[in-house]
Amino acid sequence: MQNRELVIIGGGPAGLSAAVEARRLGIKDVLVIDRESEPGGILKQCIHTGFGLHVFKEELTGPEYAERFIREAENLGVEIMLDTMVIELTADKRIVAVNSREGLVEIQAKAVILAMGCRERTRGAINIPGFRPAGIFTAGTAQRFVNIEGYMPGREIVILGSGDIGLIMARRLTLEGAKVQCVVEIMPYSNGLTRNIVQCLEDFDIPLLLKHTVVNIHGRKRVEGVTIAEVDDDDMKPIMETAKFVPCDTLLLSVGLIPENELSRMANIQIDEVTGGPVVNQRMETSVPGIFACGNVLHVHDLVDYVTREAMLAAKGVASYLADGGKKYEHIPVSPGNGLRYVLPQRINVDAMPEERQNFFMRSVKPMAKARLFIESERGVIKSRVMRYVKPSEMISVQLDRDEMKGIKMLKFSLQEEGDSVERGE
Amino acid sequence: MVDVVIIGGGVVGCMIARELSRYQLKTVLLEKEDDVASGTSKANSAIIHAGYDAKPGTLKAKLNVRGNPLFDKICSELDVPFKRIGSLVVALNEEEIRVLEELMERGKTNGVPGLEIISREKLLEMEPNINRQARAALYAPTAGIICPYELTIALAENACQNGVEIKLNSPVLGIGVENEGVLAVRTPGETIYTRYIINAAGLFADEISRMAGAEDYRITPRKGEYLIFDRRFGGIVSRAIFPTPTKISKGILVCPTVDGNFFIGPNSNDVREKDDVAVTQQGIEEIIKGARKLVPDLPLKHVIASFAGLRAVSDTDDFVIMASKKVKGFINVGGIQSPGLSSAPAIAEMVLEILKEEGLELKEKSDYNPERPRIFKFRHLSSEEKRELIRKNPAYGRVICRCETVTEGEIIDAIRRPVGARSLDAVKRRTRAGMGRCQGGFCLPRVVEILARELGISPLEVTKSGSGSEILKGRTKEFIETGGVVDAK
Amino acid sequence: MSAVSEEKNVTCIVCPSGCRIKVSIEGGEIAGISGNLCKRGADYARAEVTQPMRVLTTTVRLEDGHLLPVKTARPIPKALIFEALKELSGVRVKTPVEIGQVVYSNVAGTGVDVVATRSWN
Repeated sequence: MQNRELVIIGGGPAGLSAAVEARRLGIKDVLVIDRESEPGGILKQCIHTGFGLHVFKEELTGPEYAERFIREAENLGVEIMLDTMVIELTADKRIVAVNSREGLVEIQAKAVILAMGCRERTRGAINIPGFRPAGIFTAGTAQRFVNIEGYMPGREIVILGSGDIGLIMARRLTLEGAKVQCVVEIMPYSNGLTRNIVQCLEDFDIPLLLKHTVVNIHGRKRVEGVTIAEVDDDDMKPIMETAKFVPCDTLLLSVGLIPENELSRMANIQIDEVTGGPVVNQRMETSVPGIFACGNVLHVHDLVDYVTREAMLAAKGVASYLADGGKKYEHIPVSPGNGLRYVLPQRINVDAMPEERQNFFMRSVKPMAKARLFIESERGVIKSRVMRYVKPSEMISVQLDRDEMKGIKMLKFSLQEEGDSVERGE
Repeated sequence: MVDVVIIGGGVVGCMIARELSRYQLKTVLLEKEDDVASGTSKANSAIIHAGYDAKPGTLKAKLNVRGNPLFDKICSELDVPFKRIGSLVVALNEEEIRVLEELMERGKTNGVPGLEIISREKLLEMEPNINRQARAALYAPTAGIICPYELTIALAENACQNGVEIKLNSPVLGIGVENEGVLAVRTPGETIYTRYIINAAGLFADEISRMAGAEDYRITPRKGEYLIFDRRFGGIVSRAIFPTPTKISKGILVCPTVDGNFFIGPNSNDVREKDDVAVTQQGIEEIIKGARKLVPDLPLKHVIASFAGLRAVSDTDDFVIMASKKVKGFINVGGIQSPGLSSAPAIAEMVLEILKEEGLELKEKSDYNPERPRIFKFRHLSSEEKRELIRKNPAYGRVICRCETVTEGEIIDAIRRPVGARSLDAVKRRTRAGMGRCQGGFCLPRVVEILARELGISPLEVTKSGSGSEILKGRTKEFIETGGVVDAK
Repeated sequence: MSAVSEEKNVTCIVCPSGCRIKVSIEGGEIAGISGNLCKRGADYARAEVTQPMRVLTTTVRLEDGHLLPVKTARPIPKALIFEALKELSGVRVKTPVEIGQVVYSNVAGTGVDVVATRSWN
């Protein structure tokens, strides 16, 4: 049994950012455990640009963003244990990991940061009828094949779901000489960033079919095509009269990401059913004292820059936890009201905030051209703010000063749609 | 010249192969797909039924009740998980309670032990998530659950280990009667001469029988669709939960799997084609509706996979197990629908009796080994065992499938064992790699790489389930070099 | 030359507002821009209509067969992307590689270099 001060599970952007910040804060013994043979997580296969605009004020590719943190981690003496899979985590912060060099590695940590990221939703999760032939991939798996392994998953492709990875893969596969027939999205709006719609689809004349879905997969051995149909506005059920066959050899799924919390469950950490990740407080600490979480394991982010920011807060949280010896704090609840799906953190202690300002992340339930965000306590509205072009796919980030929250007993965020007063050329 | 050719590598064919491997015989098993358990045996309800269901006097009734108690020994010899969890048939009204009573009587006539009708209170205590409107249930403690393809693969491996030759990718193209007592079976690669043929071709048994000029009967494919749920919700029921049966079917059930998940299904619809395993929207809706009658609160957000299987239903409405009166040496083992899996050990016994009657001499082998060498499932080992295993073979320290904690060592072993895995699905059936909640999203590229390395082929040649189901379409750059969407090879 | 008038639609990506901007063109000249909420939108739309530029990201092969992620050091004309890809498809890079290292110069005659976006030992 090894004794460690801080163990970070996962060496992607969240884990690396947390590790770097933890070292900067003076935590001496920081161990990152990652299952792959190189750190960097999913960024290694995200060879496109769009990373780092907030953190580095420049536009980087995924590998570049990762390499900056990998180097920084090396310089700061972070220990990274690679090719190692954590298979057990307990509430008293005991970790069992496995690798082929040491066999089982047992560690007792003083503090743990969960940074395992997320996984992609699968066909089963959305129940697409039809056969189960070869040629059905999640977008991220296809991305790994193309960008890391060097293989093409298909030649003629239909993409179901307009999540960002799907859009990015539409462009990537086109650049590699494949034909992307269309991107099919069941919702009346895209789930991806606008820039990705423009630069990944419109640039290459790839049709985005909103309010459509795949209703059948054809082919016994290999995908031979899919049937797509429009869906009804009200109940989102396919309108079979609109069904048409689209020939393709591959169906990519980009239908959402799910935080990867099997280890969190093992440690009896309370999970938020809406975010799919742990319930955390002002310092990103879960319901189990001394276990923190950040990045996509907590909730799915749209920008890696936000992941880094959250991870740094988690590292600050660990530093304060190690300093206060796990002192018990009372929390006030933070909840989403109308118009919002969730707000994170889900509870806070204003006095124990590691920074003077507390950041809150939230997502809207639907796109709104103009909306007003209300922040209320039990005393009434603390603050309100007009927001433009709110989309469920783009996270809203709001900061509140400690002073604004002094002495309150609850915090509630809500989003109210307002008429758009600005004329826009359409 | 061999003694016996078994056509079909499903649970029945493999069970018979293993039985025959006890004796001094030359036996060949032919399977048309690239793996055993590729048809009905891979997609069914995976239940070892108690035996109250079938009409007294039928082969189904007799062989089910005879087969059920044989599973403990077989599974322990083969190192295959089998859990005797019991089953409950739930009655939601007075009329259904009367059907339960009939079922219990029928069960007693069939010789099923331990049947009992339990009260609503007892039922809700045993299964707290069941519909509160339930009135009573028939409890059958001897029912069990098993993984049907794991069993089939284990049977094939053990048969192989004891000398049976298993030929995959070997569809039977023709059967001829040579001279007295010699039959010829033609496959794409060869013609095999044999004294006996056992037709265990499942959905295709009618076609094989016709091909041989033996008895004419018809197999109709009857589709059953299923949804399988994340293991996190595996505890929703502890036993196999059936609705009260109707004349047509046992109904849509809610049932745990031996691997800790649970499933709902199957529905029951005749289809035209024998490879129509497409899941339909109506089917999914139908099984959800049906299952909700038993367990109203289903975690539908946590479905991890849907699949469909085909039952091989014969027009005689019973198993067709007999020596042909028209072709000497040809034995039909057809129409093996439910409770076929439960009956399989007894079917094998019966087939051996028939072979004896037909003149085959069964001399026991001295070196028959009923035990399959132990297979290491990393996730089930103790810490000490894990440590020891990794020390001996570091490949067991590399986790490939993180959802099911499957290691590279297990995958390599699955490929190298007798009747080894040749495709992704075959690896999946042997190790569960790719069967978890991410359905292979993470491990697919790694399993492709291991299969390619172990089989000495290019990753481009790795298939999902045999030729035609290649996973990848080319190398990157190669489409550009050859000018876009044209065949790059 | 007749004064052919035409209208092009551009979705602005400068900020999350995503304005749908209309650019009217008469006789090959931009005659008007509308639908934008700010000046940056107008500049973006003008560039999109006259000569859209993109940073190209892709991979090239290392000599050992692995893939190296790369990007153009600056945006290149969108119209030259496939030409650039064709040139890069045959490239083989020697290891080790340092992040930012030029692996191909003057791609598709643009004067822009292609650089590695990760190091490789």
